[in-house]
Amino acid sequence: MSVLKVENLHVAVGGEEILKGVDLTLSTQETHALMGPNGNGKSTLLAAIMGHPRYEVTEGSITLDGEDVLAMSVDERSRKGLFLGMQNPQEIPGVTNSDFLRAAMNARREQPLNLFRFIKALEGAIDDLGMDENLAHRYLNEGFSGGEKKRNEILQMKLLQPKFALLDEIDSGLDVDALGVVSNVINDMRQGDMGLLLVSHYERLYKLVPPTHVHVLVDGRIVAEGGMELINKINAEGYEWVKELGVDIREKEEKQGIMLGVCGNKVTQ
Amino acid sequence: MALEDLDIQIQSVDDDFADEDVSVFTTGKGLNEAVVREISRVKGEPEWMLNYRLESLRKFNEMPMPTWGVDLSQMDFAEYTYYNRPADDLTDNWDEVPETIKNTFNRLGIPEAEQKFLAGASAQYESEVVYHNMLSEVREKGVIFLDIDSGLREHPDIFRKYFDTVIPYDDNKFSALNGAVWSGGSFIYVPKGVTLEKPLQSYFRINSERMAQFERTLIIVDEGANIHYVEGCTAPAYSKDSLHAGVVEIIVGKNATCRYTTIQNWSRNINNLVTQRALVHEGGSMEWVDGNIGSQVTMKYPACILAGEGAKGTVITIAVADKGQILDSGAKMIHLAPNTSSQIISKSITRNGGKADYRGLVRHTKKAINAKSKVECDTLILDAISASDTIPTNIVANSDAIIEHEATVSKVSEDQLFYLMSRGLTKEQATEMIVMGFIEPFSRELPMEYAVELNQLIKLDMGDNAIG
Repeated sequence: MSVLKVENLHVAVGGEEILKGVDLTLSTQETHALMGPNGNGKSTLLAAIMGHPRYEVTEGSITLDGEDVLAMSVDERSRKGLFLGMQNPQEIPGVTNSDFLRAAMNARREQPLNLFRFIKALEGAIDDLGMDENLAHRYLNEGFSGGEKKRNEILQMKLLQPKFALLDEIDSGLDVDALGVVSNVINDMRQGDMGLLLVSHYERLYKLVPPTHVHVLVDGRIVAEGGMELINKINAEGYEWVKELGVDIREKEEKQGIMLGVCGNKVTQ
Repeated sequence: MALEDLDIQIQSVDDDFADEDVSVFTTGKGLNEAVVREISRVKGEPEWMLNYRLESLRKFNEMPMPTWGVDLSQMDFAEYTYYNRPADDLTDNWDEVPETIKNTFNRLGIPEAEQKFLAGASAQYESEVVYHNMLSEVREKGVIFLDIDSGLREHPDIFRKYFDTVIPYDDNKFSALNGAVWSGGSFIYVPKGVTLEKPLQSYFRINSERMAQFERTLIIVDEGANIHYVEGCTAPAYSKDSLHAGVVEIIVGKNATCRYTTIQNWSRNINNLVTQRALVHEGGSMEWVDGNIGSQVTMKYPACILAGEGAKGTVITIAVADKGQILDSGAKMIHLAPNTSSQIISKSITRNGGKADYRGLVRHTKKAINAKSKVECDTLILDAISASDTIPTNIVANSDAIIEHEATVSKVSEDQLFYLMSRGLTKEQATEMIVMGFIEPFSRELPMEYAVELNQLIKLDMGDNAIG
């Protein structure tokens, strides 16, 4: 069993503090749901764990089985078993999906995977996800629909076999059938020794992939923790109740965040 | 991580090695009438060629240095050697090739490459072709593939009919220089209706200090014929300036197709000033696949003169400019007839302060009714100290021409790097993958071995300043 531990994590983006002391412990074979209003730090937490250079960790620690994750480069984190399924997967023109997948699989192996085995693994995974075979030969995410991109993230997760998968709104862009297929693959992998951290606004994902733990992240802090009952409550009542806990909900400011760069003189609140 | 931290370098060029000088004849430094007469005499040329050389020399001395593009004012023509001849005779027997020359070729992988896919190799070492071989397919089909001196000697009628017709000696100062001192290069004639399944290849190489190389290539693809010619260049590094001023003339007959592929990888002290032009007749198609990786200065604009109705011209070009390099390249498409079409795809990569510019001309003349052109220029700038300009010129003299121009300039984005690295690729691997993807429209046009060689040439060495 492995443990991913986040302690008192403070993260700033462009000088503005987004996470203000997050504690979270995730073990393999557990599934954690991270909920909260938009713009309150969910994606920031996931990106910071993976090490996106725009997210600056100002305080706190992240460890994987006691090893300092913050001292690792992004690719090291991946090779140690962390995986981030992204909300907006990047498009890489001119690089085929299969060349990329093979390079990624080989990156964590001593000996490169032989071509036959790779093709077998790829075909199997494509089949499980009900994907179009041609996607392997198309350029990475280029011209993929929203749903195809999300399936492609899960395809990567399946082939890379991480210890911990952080999935950021993996259900957006997927129709009901596709969500069923993706959930089956995720559940399959949960049978093994994998931990999951799911970010989603929608109960439908959590019904298909029931979490063992639920956290509510508001204004950069985890303000409530529990199980499925918390999801049901949010589904019924929204987030207004957290104000009774003495927490301010951060209004979504992403649009204004862009304005900040353009105007250059907006006062940080 | 800032983009400036991407300290990307071309892997130090393994080809930068110099063998001992095996030249058996040289004209010494400097250029004058005596040198030109001596070159012609040594080659045993007919009188008309001597006169042509002398007239070219006169024109070269008369013409001013070009004042556009790259500043060439530091060039000193008295400092170059204009003719060097390495081995006594041409040979098509590998065993007879001098050992040091063989070492060079072995390191360049010529014999293997030949065995695998080449129809014939004429490997140029310094100014003279020393190794020349043709496979049976080429001979059986009546294709003439010779070094250019043999072409002049053995096929004087064809030679004289086409030589200087596409690029006249007085076209520019460097074509005039080439006219005066040209030496080496290929002569190819493909008879009517003949298609060669495999590409023909020639390997060029400079191996002497301050040695100028003035190769001259003449390719005639007769009616309905189809050929792919591959030329590769590599040269060892020296401290003194060296000059390469080649001229490549191609005639594409009615409904014929010619593809000319070259990856230029001169060492970083060479001025590479090349004139390449094809004349394309009715229904013919010319494709230039043009890679520029080496040299200190390159000025090269492969051109298609679309002279017959329905003629087609294509240029796919990449330039990779590193520290100290100025690569000024592009394409010219001259539409002289109705329903002609042209396409230019240019990909530039700059890093470590290198400069790669696209300079292109598309001209639709009055008679070019219903002509179409598409120009696409993409630039990838890998750090903050490198630069690239796009300088397109479009001239249209009729009312229904269509010219499309698209240009993009981009950096390797932080998000793309993060994405690939989050799957376990190192920063070097990730950047390399993005760069290779960027030039993929070019590399997919190359024969397999060349694509592999290109990948090795552009192999990135970015140290260990990893992301995050």
